[in-house]
Amino acid sequence: MKHTLSPQRYLILLAVMLTASVGDTLLAYGMSQVGPVSMAHLGLLLHAMRNPWVVTGILCLLGFFASYLTALSWADLTFVLPATAFGYIVVAFLARFWLHEPITPCRWAGILLIVCGVGFVANGPSLTEHATEDSVTGGSE
Amino acid sequence: MIVASHIGVGPVETWATILTVAATAVAGDVLTAGAMRKIGDLDAIRAKAGLGGAIRAVVSSPMFLLGVLSMAASFFSLLFTVSNVAVSLAAPASASLTFLGNAFAAKIFLKENVDRRRWLAALFVFAGVFLLVK
Repeated sequence: MKHTLSPQRYLILLAVMLTASVGDTLLAYGMSQVGPVSMAHLGLLLHAMRNPWVVTGILCLLGFFASYLTALSWADLTFVLPATAFGYIVVAFLARFWLHEPITPCRWAGILLIVCGVGFVANGPSLTEHATEDSVTGGSE
Repeated sequence: MIVASHIGVGPVETWATILTVAATAVAGDVLTAGAMRKIGDLDAIRAKAGLGGAIRAVVSSPMFLLGVLSMAASFFSLLFTVSNVAVSLAAPASASLTFLGNAFAAKIFLKENVDRRRWLAALFVFAGVFLLVK
């Protein structure tokens, strides 16, 4: 394992973290304006699709899936997943400072653990080199 | 319907539904990652065949489609789970188990080199996500 990432590919990982968390937060904000949806009122989902926050949230999540797939095409799953977990932290901070939700000490502990976990893999190799694999060269040193 | 209280299911059913959510999520992640590995570097494909070519390469992969189906199954089993099990248990337990399960599955099925550094990362993220989503 000797692959490291180019700055452009770190930007893709940043997009993985940000688009998921911002998308989730925008959806939460939009759905709080739409109101609770139940099986008896599924028509509200169509109404939600006219809410700009919901639409922007869905676009962000589409961006997340595209950047997630791109990252998986040149990095290991066990390298990319901690990056997606970092998105939970972004959501926590957005919830705290934008939606004004409190962060309990338990959540602060969770944030600290995830930061440590991401730190463990961030400086390590991004891709396992298999003996039979000869085509994966992009972004490697 | 999402409720925040326990609705009379036993511990076996509770953990069976949580494990189903995690197992289908892991299957989705591993199948998707395996498909992307087979397809190859998307940046290179996009440079050669454009965005349309990259999208065609992805959506024409049966393994990718199976992965998306597994992700959809995970989503719906999560909806089923949170309608029967306290969401404060179901959400963190399934998210954490998915992270840990992915480390095992990536080592076994994708033959990734999950070294000590990555095991530690998986364990820290497992615990961190549990505390954060709790």
